[in-house]
Amino acid sequence: MLDTLIMYLQYPFVRYAVIVGVLIALCSSLLGVTLVLKRFSFIGDGLSHVAFGAMAVASVAGLTNKLLIVLPVTVISAVLLLRSGQNTRIKGDASVAMISVGALAFGYLIMNLFSTSSNLSGDVCSTLFGSTSILTLTLREVRICIVLSVIVVVIFVLFYNKIFAVTFDESFAKAAGVRTERYNLLIAVVIAVIIVLAMNLVGSLLISALVIFPALSAMRVQRSFKSVTICSAVLSVLCALIGIAVSILGGTPVGSTIVAVDVAVFIICYSLGKIRGGIGV
Amino acid sequence: MALITVKDLSIGYESKVVLKDISFIVNEGDYLSIVGENGAGKSTLMRTILGLQPPLKGEIAFGEGLRQNEIGYLPQQTSIQKDFPASVWEIVLSGCQARCGMRPFYGKGEKLIADTNISRMGISDLKTRCFSELSGGQQQRVLLARALCATRKLLLMDEPVAGLDPDATSEMYRIIDELNRNGVTIIMISHDLEAATRYSSNILHIGKEFVIGGGVNA
Repeated sequence: MLDTLIMYLQYPFVRYAVIVGVLIALCSSLLGVTLVLKRFSFIGDGLSHVAFGAMAVASVAGLTNKLLIVLPVTVISAVLLLRSGQNTRIKGDASVAMISVGALAFGYLIMNLFSTSSNLSGDVCSTLFGSTSILTLTLREVRICIVLSVIVVVIFVLFYNKIFAVTFDESFAKAAGVRTERYNLLIAVVIAVIIVLAMNLVGSLLISALVIFPALSAMRVQRSFKSVTICSAVLSVLCALIGIAVSILGGTPVGSTIVAVDVAVFIICYSLGKIRGGIGV
Repeated sequence: MALITVKDLSIGYESKVVLKDISFIVNEGDYLSIVGENGAGKSTLMRTILGLQPPLKGEIAFGEGLRQNEIGYLPQQTSIQKDFPASVWEIVLSGCQARCGMRPFYGKGEKLIADTNISRMGISDLKTRCFSELSGGQQQRVLLARALCATRKLLLMDEPVAGLDPDATSEMYRIIDELNRNGVTIIMISHDLEAATRYSSNILHIGKEFVIGGGVNA
């Protein structure tokens, strides 16, 4: 088994997949804790559907670098969604659901109407479930992913204490003079970047899993914000590695295999937490 | 000298006026209880003083070199905090966040302040414990220690004894009283009129139609 894995690792496209997989798993788990605690678990879902719609537009427009459209559109939607969560007529969860399904329908419609591809359902399926896209990454895409991941991790570390303050108690932080709007905006932008990155790995339907499962698992077994964050990052990277290995050996789709491993780890952590008496969510 | 001067203040949300034309003064060392029925606008008034929402009309002036961001705030607990994985130390330290400005990490000074306030509240032995595992009274002391990290002069509290059992309630009142004796100005929203008259130096009653200040320059 190990031999087969090592044999596969000789291929550059497998190495790319492992690098990108680990980086995306790391980035997505970092903000997961914040999103789960702020009751924004579904924002990943909503944003990924927006990214899907933008991706469809970019494909139809025939752009070679789809990121140019997908990234700005997703960032803007993230900002609008996180802002709407606070004080508007349409409540946070409703607006996420609205934008989410709207963008999904719109994207599929556009793909159907204008697509030049001969394999439409294949295209749609791979955008939704990321079926093979992680195994067809070019060196340039890998580089972009590395650069964006490093930026995300650096931002997270630098603003870690501020993110904690804003997540735990926004009113208190604001009353004490912390510019909470600014950090909410930062969280929105970073999560949008992560979503766009993660589309390559698990496709737009499964991204939420990558964001919330490691955080939920870690919350079962750890007690402080720092240890939950670290534990969630470690679990996420491990799950990604195991998932990629299993999918290579068993020929299963990469994205859904990783998510399946995430679910399994959550069940293990849940049981451990029950035994030790963890925090209820 | 007046720490806070509120003049002809109207508060509310967008077009809905909750309270109008309130004027009062809070002096240094005061212990002010704000009482009134539910929906009278007590929390809205507190949020406006804190700068969490803009006043509709009128002004709030801060004296004695107090800036708006030097107020310690003890909010009502949110549902988010009930299952939040955070240690006591992390939470108290986050009270120093505003002192950091753009600095990414806490320095020695902030850690010292957090430590001092933790022992001041008598929760040193809980430092590494998880916040959501503590009792209601312990949680309030943690949040009070955090609020003290943000201020030396003025504490605003939104029903600090809500949901506490009788023992924890009297303990909380004792702690607040002691802070006040040590020179911290207190503004507290309260439902307990008896405790308010026993402990506070001034009472502000907010009603639908009128505002009465007992001992306050209303």
